[in-house]
Amino acid sequence: MHRLEEIWLGLSAGVLVLFMVIVGYQAFALGMGPPSHKETIDPQKVDQTEPFDKPGVYETGENEYEVVMTLQAFGFTPNDIEVPAGAEVTFTMTSKDVSHGFQVAGTNINAMVMPGHIQEITHTFEEPGNYLVLCNEYCGSGHQLMSTEITVK
Amino acid sequence: MAKPLKDIIRDDPKKTLGVTPEDAKISKAYLSVAFITLLVGGLLGLVQGLERAGLLELPAWLNYYQVLTAHGILLILIFTAAFSIGYLYAGFSHTIGGLLPKVRKMAWAGFSLILVGVALVVATILMNEASVLYTFYPPLAASPVFYIGLVFVVLGIWSCALGVFINYHHWRKNHRGEVTPLFAFFTMGVFILWFFGSLGVTIEVLTLIPWSMGWKETINVMVSRTLFWSFGHTLVNVWYIIATSAWYVTIPKIIGGKIFSDKLARVVVIMLVILNIPGGFHHQIIDPGISETVKFLHVFMSVSIAFPSLMTAFAMFAVFERAGRKKGGKGLFGWFTKLPWGDVRFLAPMVAMIAFIPGGAGGLINTSNQMNQVIHNTMWVVGHFHITVGVTAVLTFFGICYWLVPYISKRQLTPQMNKLGIIQTIVWTVGMILMSGSQHMVGLLGDPRRTSYTTYGDHETALGWIPYEYVMAFGATLLLLGIIIQVYAVFNMMFLATKGESEFPIGEVEINAENTPLWTERWSLWIILLLMVVAMAYVVPIVDFVVNAPPGSPPIKTW
Repeated sequence: MHRLEEIWLGLSAGVLVLFMVIVGYQAFALGMGPPSHKETIDPQKVDQTEPFDKPGVYETGENEYEVVMTLQAFGFTPNDIEVPAGAEVTFTMTSKDVSHGFQVAGTNINAMVMPGHIQEITHTFEEPGNYLVLCNEYCGSGHQLMSTEITVK
Repeated sequence: MAKPLKDIIRDDPKKTLGVTPEDAKISKAYLSVAFITLLVGGLLGLVQGLERAGLLELPAWLNYYQVLTAHGILLILIFTAAFSIGYLYAGFSHTIGGLLPKVRKMAWAGFSLILVGVALVVATILMNEASVLYTFYPPLAASPVFYIGLVFVVLGIWSCALGVFINYHHWRKNHRGEVTPLFAFFTMGVFILWFFGSLGVTIEVLTLIPWSMGWKETINVMVSRTLFWSFGHTLVNVWYIIATSAWYVTIPKIIGGKIFSDKLARVVVIMLVILNIPGGFHHQIIDPGISETVKFLHVFMSVSIAFPSLMTAFAMFAVFERAGRKKGGKGLFGWFTKLPWGDVRFLAPMVAMIAFIPGGAGGLINTSNQMNQVIHNTMWVVGHFHITVGVTAVLTFFGICYWLVPYISKRQLTPQMNKLGIIQTIVWTVGMILMSGSQHMVGLLGDPRRTSYTTYGDHETALGWIPYEYVMAFGATLLLLGIIIQVYAVFNMMFLATKGESEFPIGEVEINAENTPLWTERWSLWIILLLMVVAMAYVVPIVDFVVNAPPGSPPIKTW
């Protein structure tokens, strides 16, 4: 092999390894890994299964909330969520029909919500404001209408 | 290493006579289908771009998601497959001295199967029975005819793949102790990856057919999705190897240089074939039901695909520098100006390669676990694959046309066509910078992909995306203009341009290059390694999805 080629490939491999180390450190040491919840549910019996039989916003601790949410074509239940600034909110979600995507614009909240699976994602809302929640996985003819809002006061 | 003419006549008598007419017909047929498909798919792309920005309202009988499904399937599956088969069969025939008669028949059988498949798929989309997009994620359920059409398309591609395997085997038997010509080696790599990469999705589609007919009540959503992506991203790398075949084999000849290293090119092909299939898993980084550990393993598997590309980057720039210096380029960068920028056969693939610098970097972002969470299913992703597929692969394909079409139709690349090609390349580049650039930016702001025009009840966040969508629509307009120019150029060169012999450019290796070792041809070993990598990547998650499966989902039609 050419000497310069060896240097180039050595550097390339080094950069990729460094990249992996940083990604791994962030994911496992800093707990920044992507949403990967592993519980399952019968997708045809969501309304009869706890906790999704009672979707809503629950206070679980000091400025800590859990939002139990179902996604269905073409909406989110509950709608129009309100939490105080600085609240740490865990969304526990599942789909009642097809695949949906749960995204809150302007935050890092982004998770796939599939029928048969329960998904979880946690976020701390530091800034007050009106956040747009939307479905980012195509779910049918009304997909572009599937949205709601989170108000942080 | 040019062989004496005597040897060429003895080994490959057909090669001395230029293109084999029967083989040229196959390529002409596939390329014609490719560019008609491109025109239709491109038009649908513009319709989408305008609708998305709120500049165009679609009639009641045609909705955005039908247009999007057709755009995706026509361009991602049909255009690329038809072009690739036309191009690879021409080069394969050229470098191994003509196809076997039975292989020709298989290529025609493949052609018919693909056309039948396209007809079935397009019909169901037009009837609004299959608005499920290119990914057709269950439990969205299309008409069974849609899935049957997809099976036909896959069978057509397999028929062409099998033809290549048979002809390769035949050539090797008659050339003991020789390595295959580099282009034929690339062709083998492409079709092996295509075949193994499409196995998963074929299993998926075969389970969807009885389910969509109501014979089977439910489907395992996560297994389907995982099988789909084992194909979905592999396909991307099929195009990528096809593009690199032109970079490695033909560009050195076009620019008056030499192939950097025949062996290195083959090692790159082997690595891409072995490593590729698990790459698709990064599409599922924010899915439920998969542990963070498994996801991290897949980040590693996806990132490893970057390594052969970095090898390619070095080799290509080494070829450019040497060719430029030979032509008198001085100093650190003098060689760069000596490259034939006025030759579309160089300019188009060169822009394509340069586009892979941001394209590849974007790919690393997409594949990297938590960063994926920022951009998943946003417009960023659309921007990413329009710069990688739309420029790196497709602009290379466009550049190939300016020598391939004259070669197969025994015509010449006229100066006017060359000029038109340069204009086409510029229009395409500017269009993509505008469209892909604005998509990347607005994606970071949260604008979702695969969504028709909406302001979400005039939410201020969504209203802030509209200006970027205008730029996207303008870029899409330029791109359709580029497509019209390209389609005109292809058919002009196929049927109207001045007659004459055109060359299929095959680069030669440097005089002092190392010999290519025969072990590179051990495809059975590469296939075993490929299967081992696939097993490492998929056995754990798929078994997990099956063993710990929730009750399945019934077919649902939400459109």
